[in-house]
Amino acid sequence: MSSIAKGKKLFDWAIVRPAILDSFCKLSPRRQFRNPVMFVVLVGSVLTSLLFVQALIGKGEAGPWFILGISFWLWFTVLFANFAEAMAEGHGRAQADSLKKARRDLVAKKLSNPRRDSSLEMVLASLLKKGDVVLVEAGDYIPIDGEVIEGVASVDESAVTGESAPVIRESGGDRSAVTGGTRIISDWLVIRVTAESGNTFLDRMIAMVEGAKRQKTPNEIALTILLAALTIVFLVVCATLLPFSYYSVLQAHQDQSRVVTITVLVALLVCLAPTTIGALLSAIGIAGMSRLSQANVVAMSGRAVEAAGDVDVLLLDKTGTITLGNRQATEFIAADGVSMEDLADAAQLASLADETPEGRSIVVLAKQQYNLRGRDIEKLGAKFVPFSAQTRMSGVDLDGRQIRKGAVDAIEKFVISHGGVTPDKIRQMSQKIAKSGGTPLVVADGAKALGVIHLKDIVKGGIKERFGDLRRMGIKTVMITGDNPMTAAAIAAEAGVDDFLAEATPEAKLELIRRYQAQGHLVAMTGDGTNDAPALAQADVAVAMNTGTQAAKEAGNMVDLDSNPTKLLDIVQIGKQTLMTRGALTTFSIANDVAKYFAIIPAAFALTYPSLNTLNVMGLATPNSAILSAVIFNAIIIVFLIPLALKGVKYRPMPATQLLRKNLLIYGVGGLIVPFIGIKLIDMLLVVLHLV
Amino acid sequence: MTYGIIQIVLFLSVVLLLVKPLGWYMARVYENKPCGLDRILGPVERAIYRLCGVNPANEMGWKRYTVAMIAFNAAGFVVLYALMRLQGFLPLNPQHFPPVAPDLAFNTAVSFITNTNWQAYGGESTMSYLTQMLGLAVQNFVSAASGMAVLVALIRGFVRRNSRTIGNFWVDLTRSLLYILIPLSLIIAILLASQGVVQTFKPYPTATLVEPVVVDGNSFAEQTIAVGPAASQIAIKQLGTNGGGFFNANSAHPLENPTPLSNFLEMLAILLIPGALCYTFGKMAGDTKQGWAILASMVIIFIGLLALCCWSEQKGTPQLVSAGADLQASSTQSGGNMEGKEVRFGIFNSALFATTTTGTSCGAVNSMHDSYTPLGGMVPMWLIQLGEVIFGGVGSGLYGMLAFAILAVFIAGLMVGRTPEYLGKKIESYEMKMASLVILLPIFLALVGTAVAVATKAGQAGAFNPGPHGFSEILYGYSSATNNNGSAFAGINCNTPFYNITLAIAMLGGRYLFKILMLAIAGSLAAKKFIPTSAGTLSTSDPMFVILLISVVIVVGALSFIPALALGPIVEHLMMIGR
Repeated sequence: MSSIAKGKKLFDWAIVRPAILDSFCKLSPRRQFRNPVMFVVLVGSVLTSLLFVQALIGKGEAGPWFILGISFWLWFTVLFANFAEAMAEGHGRAQADSLKKARRDLVAKKLSNPRRDSSLEMVLASLLKKGDVVLVEAGDYIPIDGEVIEGVASVDESAVTGESAPVIRESGGDRSAVTGGTRIISDWLVIRVTAESGNTFLDRMIAMVEGAKRQKTPNEIALTILLAALTIVFLVVCATLLPFSYYSVLQAHQDQSRVVTITVLVALLVCLAPTTIGALLSAIGIAGMSRLSQANVVAMSGRAVEAAGDVDVLLLDKTGTITLGNRQATEFIAADGVSMEDLADAAQLASLADETPEGRSIVVLAKQQYNLRGRDIEKLGAKFVPFSAQTRMSGVDLDGRQIRKGAVDAIEKFVISHGGVTPDKIRQMSQKIAKSGGTPLVVADGAKALGVIHLKDIVKGGIKERFGDLRRMGIKTVMITGDNPMTAAAIAAEAGVDDFLAEATPEAKLELIRRYQAQGHLVAMTGDGTNDAPALAQADVAVAMNTGTQAAKEAGNMVDLDSNPTKLLDIVQIGKQTLMTRGALTTFSIANDVAKYFAIIPAAFALTYPSLNTLNVMGLATPNSAILSAVIFNAIIIVFLIPLALKGVKYRPMPATQLLRKNLLIYGVGGLIVPFIGIKLIDMLLVVLHLV
Repeated sequence: MTYGIIQIVLFLSVVLLLVKPLGWYMARVYENKPCGLDRILGPVERAIYRLCGVNPANEMGWKRYTVAMIAFNAAGFVVLYALMRLQGFLPLNPQHFPPVAPDLAFNTAVSFITNTNWQAYGGESTMSYLTQMLGLAVQNFVSAASGMAVLVALIRGFVRRNSRTIGNFWVDLTRSLLYILIPLSLIIAILLASQGVVQTFKPYPTATLVEPVVVDGNSFAEQTIAVGPAASQIAIKQLGTNGGGFFNANSAHPLENPTPLSNFLEMLAILLIPGALCYTFGKMAGDTKQGWAILASMVIIFIGLLALCCWSEQKGTPQLVSAGADLQASSTQSGGNMEGKEVRFGIFNSALFATTTTGTSCGAVNSMHDSYTPLGGMVPMWLIQLGEVIFGGVGSGLYGMLAFAILAVFIAGLMVGRTPEYLGKKIESYEMKMASLVILLPIFLALVGTAVAVATKAGQAGAFNPGPHGFSEILYGYSSATNNNGSAFAGINCNTPFYNITLAIAMLGGRYLFKILMLAIAGSLAAKKFIPTSAGTLSTSDPMFVILLISVVIVVGALSFIPALALGPIVEHLMMIGR
């Protein structure tokens, strides 16, 4: 993995220290107001602080030290929430720092005309405008994002991708995009600027990773509404308890000093309000982005991460994602009356000078199966006949022999032109191979057809199981390929995808996405070429390969720096994890309230109605210790759950019902039980320390 | 005991058996498909539309639908208020009742248009026959039909795709009345009359007592017996989950509910439509399992709380035991806490009626909830506070439960790693905003109403009982009004301007704000596209979801009301058992 990918330790001091400082900076009411739950806690902290001062200087509603204790822990509840957010941002920032190093202000060689030989002018990269043309030579840093319009060069992109092997960038085609901050190792490029300073790919990446430009995602907004509503419910519950208590005291003919205190009601409100999820909500969102960048994927918006969790159709390119990049020879099938060795020998001769992966795989197969060593074609005095679109064959001319390999009909013509005939068996075998999804190559020596080579797409190991997992999660996989339908069907069956699109054109892809979306599906795809751009723009989650063109990157809402198409599966998982973490902590937070009621209700009203002490099932020492324990538990549970918020809940692919059962058990039932234990322990500790 | 349990099982079986046929029939009615009765009533329906100038094909968006619903109810309010104020000058007033006082008339009019039927009056000593029939009984029909219309609009919201409209209010209202409420109440009224429920226009007869009774030193040899056109009104009072009794004693009155069989019929009438609407919902949504899942959640909570109520009432109180009362159930007596209960119903049929009437927003009573044991009485109160979603009012119960389902789906959806969806519709921030308000609104009204009452002299003045029980009575009152139940813990004098007005506000808010929010959800859902289900979609019809929905209803209800209940029935119970 790259330098960016290396996640820092969760509680790295270098992140914790600034996060602690930041926790205090984040106390400003304007920032707190964005989070209604924590804003209520902040107001409660201020209120109890004032009540403490009142108790100190005059007649307070309760003992000053009790009020101070509550107030102290309420402040800490707010600070812990800030700390969680600051920690998440800190992790993001640590990743952004390595990116920032690449963003130094560079000097660019600006060309007056878009030609290498036109006059040069040195300008600061930050002053370059869109459409300007610059020259970059070996050793230079590429000043800003652009598109190659002339030249070929090897570029070190490790600053962005973390990958140390240089990549080729050239004009035209799918490898024409260059990123500012990367360095040219050899040769030169003429680049047209495509983004202005402050809005380059790198700038946006840094902003996203840091979480600075983060906006709440739609689901986060919906959840915030629910949490705010719950907080208001509890506000009403706690506020009305004051008149209820007053009335009860009145009815019991007791002194008005027994009415429940504001301090206790504030404590109850903070304990009941969903502070756990409220405190960790933004940390979860930021951490989701961080986990993506740890996987070397940069999302252009948080919305895209969320959508990734919802995706139910994946469009996957066959080559590179489902199959290994190239077809390989797997079998020789000789015609009647031809020995296997002869066929293998001829096939090998025909392929010795063939540098295509298919050609090399034939040489390898011949060596593996018939122990035929590779020979030097020069020494043999053979003449290589390369593949051409006209002949659709390649081979060698050797000692008067004309050995050729190629498609069935091409070889057939070749054989006829030499006065021979192609045996039926070869034709049958070829058809059989084609039906099974392979590609037949026929080998001929002059007028004699020797046999068939079976070229096969090799499906990546373990990919079928992965698709099985996806199916269980309810995600449909669709293979996209340029192959003919017959070949595509065979590979689709072998790889275990749900559907395929054969002979795919960019229009067909776009059409397919639209069709799925019209049925209500959310579609994810990967792409790299300019011709993928329309489809990428249409897809709900569109992952552009970093090696791809600028157009593809602009159209996508994520960029995979590793350019690994299989990454889509990880992205879906991260999206789901982010949503699940939110759901789990919400459930946990609400389930916690039951125990807190058992702690606080008897404590708050036992003065009026001693019978209510029966509800003190935890056997907490005194009313004050009970309330304080609940408040302390409520605060420190936030710290305990920071790792969960940052790492996300564990996720294994399984159907929704199982997943729900598992998470309800852990976070629902667990959320019911844990606070009973926690509050009791804190209460015991307070007693031991003589704090109450 | 055993007989009691057998009767409960029998009752619930009959309810569940009728769910499917009636639910299917109602789905046909609302989908405007042939339902049988349309052959006879079709011309009547068309004549009504022609007469009212309604074009049944004219679909409404949610805002127009809401305006139509509110305007119709407002008109109903005006007519009802006028009838009560003017009854002295109008016919069919054999007892020559004077006009109803303004604050009471306001409270009663609000109470009946909101399907609450909170009664701060005694029917037989306040209302003329004309007011009862033309005013109260008519509102019993149309307030129920309004609730059903809103539900149907919400269901359409789930079913329709990319649609701007959710139906036509006038059509939904007319069809609810014509094809469902009127035929059913006709059947129930005849059955009730067969059991001896009174139905007459004659003035109150006088009977000579077998032996004179001495009260406060005065000797009485005669008794006036209140009668009237009761059977027709009681049928719809039960069927429409209205609950406003013809007589003050409601279904405890021997002429309103004379026999165990009439009691059975009246309970059945309460649950009939709310239960069957679950099936209608599933049927219209294209997946009946969805409806059964909702119904299962309701039935499970219902049975749980019913068991608590029966247990607590049968156990009675230690005070009765120490006073020498025999609380043992035997073949000759019900045993348990019989205070406020009718001997002909006993413990189980009283507890069952109480659970039924408060789980739904009916509010008719056949026993006095105020006299229940603290925990036994907490059951009806808490059922009301859950938001009247355990069967709930006709229409309103199911749309309330669907708001809880939206909430459950939201949390559960997140836990399975998807942004939440229900019946193929994404639940987004707009729906969450509305559903959150739906949950918040009744809690706010009930608690704040109670708080105002206990904190003001005017409120305190009405309470007669001291201690936690007095508090329970006030809390019950505002919970009942807000959630449009209408039953009461007696023991407070609520026919005062303070209670008449504050409770009316609670009723109006609880009814119409709730409905507006649900219609807004309906409008928003209808406009959404449909998302097909996959293995990754959270199932909303399996046992896991039933458990989740139950948990959400219980947890929201418990978390909002436990502190208040702790100061009322809970502490009363603890004190009673001597803790």
